Amino acid sequence: MIVDFFSAVGDVLSSESTYSSGWRLATALGFVAVGEWIAERAGTINISVEGAMLGGAFAAAMGYDATGSIAVGLLVGAGAGLVVGAVQAHFSHNLTANQFVVGLTLNILVLGLASFLNSTLKPETAAAHVFEVPGLVEIPLLGPALFGQPWPLYLLYPLVPLAWWLVHRTRWGLEVRAVGENPQAADVSSINVNARRRQAIYIAGITSGLGGGYLLLGQVGWYEDSIVGGQGFIAIAAVIFGGWTLRGAMLGCLLFGSANSFRLSLPGVGHPLNSELLSSLPFVLTICVMALFAHRTREPQSLARPFIRGLR
Amino acid sequence: MTTAALAPGAESARFSRTREGATVLAVYLTSIAVALLVAALVLWATGGSPTTVLSAMLDGSVRADARWGRTISEAIPLLLVALGTTVNAKAGLVNIGQEGQLFVGAALATYVFTHIGVSGPFVLILIMLAGVVGGAIWAGIASALRYRRRMPEVLTTLLLVFVAAQLVGYGLKNSNLLLDPTPDQANRLLVSERLDPSTRLPRLSWFGNEFPVSAFVALALAVVVALVLSRTIVGFRLQMLGRGPRTAHRAGVSESRYGGMALVVSGAFCGLAGAFMLVGGDFGNYRLTPGFAVNIGWEGLLVALVARSHPIVAIPAAFVFAALRTGSGFLAATGVDRDITKVVQALLVLALLGPPAILFVRDRRRALAAARDRV
Repeated sequence: MIVDFFSAVGDVLSSESTYSSGWRLATALGFVAVGEWIAERAGTINISVEGAMLGGAFAAAMGYDATGSIAVGLLVGAGAGLVVGAVQAHFSHNLTANQFVVGLTLNILVLGLASFLNSTLKPETAAAHVFEVPGLVEIPLLGPALFGQPWPLYLLYPLVPLAWWLVHRTRWGLEVRAVGENPQAADVSSINVNARRRQAIYIAGITSGLGGGYLLLGQVGWYEDSIVGGQGFIAIAAVIFGGWTLRGAMLGCLLFGSANSFRLSLPGVGHPLNSELLSSLPFVLTICVMALFAHRTREPQSLARPFIRGLR
Repeated sequence: MTTAALAPGAESARFSRTREGATVLAVYLTSIAVALLVAALVLWATGGSPTTVLSAMLDGSVRADARWGRTISEAIPLLLVALGTTVNAKAGLVNIGQEGQLFVGAALATYVFTHIGVSGPFVLILIMLAGVVGGAIWAGIASALRYRRRMPEVLTTLLLVFVAAQLVGYGLKNSNLLLDPTPDQANRLLVSERLDPSTRLPRLSWFGNEFPVSAFVALALAVVVALVLSRTIVGFRLQMLGRGPRTAHRAGVSESRYGGMALVVSGAFCGLAGAFMLVGGDFGNYRLTPGFAVNIGWEGLLVALVARSHPIVAIPAAFVFAALRTGSGFLAATGVDRDITKVVQALLVLALLGPPAILFVRDRRRALAAARDRV
């Protein structure tokens, strides 16, 4: 039994397709996690990223259907994500409605709207072509995974350092972090707390929409209602798993993405393994990590607390 | 600010109260109208007719034969979930894992009836107890993590929904757990054994409309929850905890005890809803299936939001949401996709989230302006 398991793992680890599919699944999470990380640093647990991702995927399908261009599709997807993010931002940080309630309702709204519109409009889509980076793709095992992928995937490579630079090296980023840690102090330093939080959510919306668009045009190739299927929530779990650092969040995405690809490729090499266990791994692992290292990781001190001047 | 405004006469106070009420009503009505208008626009833009859709929905939910009984059947679990959500909302906790708690409740109930080996009305009570326990355990995990490890209950309840789905899915693949062991199934459906007829909940038949007797249990529980929250010490302490944790702490209300209890009770209500769905027969035909929860948990949460955590208001709200569910079944004939009802539901919830926030912001602006005048 144990030997079986290890030989299965060995088979999977020695095939290039595992790395490829793992990387593809991880990058889809990565797009969402980058934005969600910024939103959480500003103090919002933005659970509407699931909806933004789905909205992005559907809008990308519509955009591609209308113009036949992958780039336009991705752009429309990002725009749809921004719309979802804007609604979330204004309800939770302008009207001070509960952010979770708004996010959950938005997820249901987008799911309903996308599946309704899909059954009526039926957009036709295609997957983006694979672009192999010359030279780098020759690296054994990892080369095809990192540099032989559909081209929208490469958008994530500049996005991650850009997000890090934005949050850790600009004035805006400093203000975003201040707003997430101590909004009262930020407020008396004449930072517009809720505006910063809204802007952070806009960014989360854009990257999630882009992630949804990439999922559709780069991976799946056609729209279905279950295309996102909780991946937005897994990305949130990855951010928390990573202890609110960008490095940790990306590591979380990689781990959860590979777990997912493991689940998909194990039956292929003839080793049925408990797929339920692997599917629930991101969630169980996040809960365990949070429970064990809760005192060691430092969450933004005002995470999920609305800011209203004069009220604590 | 003049002295007259600071200490207004009785006459003007009554006048301003009526005007205030009218404003609140106007804000709510406008908001709902906007939501329905947006839904109508979506329909109209895709070539559907809002009036035929409305008529089909009314047929499907109340007007056609035997439909309002069906709507009541679906309103029962929605109401129970909403009642549980009310309890934790009053204590200032956000539980968004109802879907998982309901599913685990239903699964534990299934486990009990498939393994107990006897049947009869007595077992029925045991099944429902199992449901309650299952939901309570699932919420209890989140509760323990909240008060032992200080993890936000919102996240844990949400993450546990997905764990629950996989866990029950695993159970439904193994015949020594939940899967029906009879070998004659044609295409290996992943369903549990069927409930024995003697262990099912009695169904009432009124004017050709059938619904299980659990409807009355749900109604009674709504009244009980309302009374407990407004008329007992426990309810008072829960509300104190929700409104001001610091004050509650000073007054000697144990946060972990009352908050933890509120979460567990909330889960127990969801578990009971799951058990009732199983023994009532309107969901899954007396069997546990992989998609057994059919969004009842999520929508029950929405019902509680729409009812603004008033147990009695949750009764009509649950009926309206159940009507949207059952009404969507009749949409196929009009050629409009049934997912439009999800859009309507979510828009309604968003529309009802707006007004209290708008009024809150307005009141604060006024208060700040008044304070500035005084300086």
